[in-house]
Amino acid sequence: MTAQVIRSTRASQLALWVSIALVTLAASMPWWAESSWMREFVEIACYFIFAMMWNLLAGYGGMVSIGQQAFFGLGGYLMLMLGNFAGVNPFVAIPLAALAAAAIAVPVSWVAFRLQGGYFAIGTWVIAEVFRLSFANMSLVGGGSGTSLTALRGIPKATRESLTFWTALLCVVASVALVYLFLRSKQGLALLAIRDNEIAAESQGIDVRRMKLAVYVVAAFGGGLAGALYFVGNLRISPDAAFSVNWTAFAIFMVIIGGIGRIEGPIIGALIFWALNKFFSDYGTWYLLGLGLIAIAVTIFFKQGLWGWAQHKLGWSLFPTHRHLSN
Amino acid sequence: MIETLLQGLLLGGLYCLFALGQSLMFGVMRLTNTAQGDFIVLASYGAITASTLFAVSPTVAGLILVPIAFVFGYGLQRFVLSGTVGPDPLPSLVVTFGLSIVIQNALLELFSADPRAIESGGLATQSIVLPGGLALGALPLLIFAAAVVCTAALQWLFGRTALGRAFRAVSDDREIAELMGLDSRRIFALATAIAFTVIALAGLFQGLRTTVSPADGPRLLLFAFEAVIIGGMGSFWGTFVGAMVLGLTQQVGFRIDPGWGIWFGHMVFLAVLVVRPQGLFPKTRG
Repeated sequence: MTAQVIRSTRASQLALWVSIALVTLAASMPWWAESSWMREFVEIACYFIFAMMWNLLAGYGGMVSIGQQAFFGLGGYLMLMLGNFAGVNPFVAIPLAALAAAAIAVPVSWVAFRLQGGYFAIGTWVIAEVFRLSFANMSLVGGGSGTSLTALRGIPKATRESLTFWTALLCVVASVALVYLFLRSKQGLALLAIRDNEIAAESQGIDVRRMKLAVYVVAAFGGGLAGALYFVGNLRISPDAAFSVNWTAFAIFMVIIGGIGRIEGPIIGALIFWALNKFFSDYGTWYLLGLGLIAIAVTIFFKQGLWGWAQHKLGWSLFPTHRHLSN
Repeated sequence: MIETLLQGLLLGGLYCLFALGQSLMFGVMRLTNTAQGDFIVLASYGAITASTLFAVSPTVAGLILVPIAFVFGYGLQRFVLSGTVGPDPLPSLVVTFGLSIVIQNALLELFSADPRAIESGGLATQSIVLPGGLALGALPLLIFAAAVVCTAALQWLFGRTALGRAFRAVSDDREIAELMGLDSRRIFALATAIAFTVIALAGLFQGLRTTVSPADGPRLLLFAFEAVIIGGMGSFWGTFVGAMVLGLTQQVGFRIDPGWGIWFGHMVFLAVLVVRPQGLFPKTRG
């Protein structure tokens, strides 16, 4: 008697159709939505992509990093340098900057992987600081006070905003698809094995070092993508904004609240973050304080995040990566 | 050049005080306190408040601060951090990171972003003149002496007392230690309490030596962390040496070009990480 391997749930199939509808609707936004909505979307898209990548790195790769902003800022600066100095169209420069950030992640990993656990996290932060200080001392890109993206000067505002919006939408869909397909693949299964028990995984023939490097490079690519996209939307870059640890702080918040190690987690977390941002960010320091307290409370009481709790209690799964057997 | 080197060593004394608490907490509990720097800044502000509110000298402010820090550290470990100790580094990282953000914003709200300092009553400008015409600041010398005393005290505590044996036991194997009758939660809380007394001292000295502002925490954390890694985990004298190395490289870097001083320190740290990742005097395994 053979058993069938079922890889999707009813909820996930429904979610797929709903997502396609939403994305189509969103793509039409430049024709009917206000430009502030589109700018807001681009900003949230950057936070979200960055959070997805942090989730991939920490939740699936088991590498908790507080230094991913190194690649975010690197993506931004490389895009700007390609646009301002090499005459490349900034929208084309976005994926190029992301690729360059991913390439730079390889030598960075030679240093970063010397550490483990909590000290790996802080070590990555040191590396991010090295990038920040290096760019702050480069007068070519304005040193400590930063510089502007002049390459987009000739384009009319409405066109620029529409193009940025579509690029953001494309990047969001691409990163979700990339992460989802990666996790459903054989490599994804290897990653889950490593996450559960590294030594056992290695005994089964999985090259743990290579997998971890692969995840680190993919996360760097995503981080660079988010960074390049953000500064195309922002038009002005500075070392403190590009390499701020707040990017990782917000990513951690979104992933922890939503649920680590699940694809739906960052999505839920990003929505909650956007809502909190919309209604409470005027309160400045109190808002950030509140975010910190929420993150602490959720980590202590809801270890698996809100979506993880829902999945545990109710069995919901919109992006299923597990395999059921049925007969 | 000699003056730069000596100043580097004295700066290392301060960094050693930053790092001892971190080394202690990681050594006993494998807990990475991402809010280390922010707690130091909090202690500084505590000393500032004490000295302005009660118009007391820095010494008295320090005497008030140390027992408060002890109790605070004990409570923090017992009620907030105890659930995060374990093989997974993420919970302790997220909770301490959250604490870091809470502290920074609370301080920002209470004190505004202006840099503040503790009134040292002239101590900050006094100097001792050595033979050969070199002048060393009295305060940096005091800080260096405090660092030596604290390091020796912690090393003695760990090596020669029953509590130190308990620390080493729960660090090696928590379950077996509990079988032997040790209450690991209480031991962890004591470790954190002691770490926080050193943090209080570090905060006091930082506020005397220079100005503090709410956002200083992360920078101090990185210095503490680098000192621990360069020196090698598990050894307090190792942390001391690591702090010296860091202080020296930063001072030399500042001398070459003020913009690159801290960068230089980071690069030496990364170089140590590549060449000798276990640090100069490692004692902890795994």
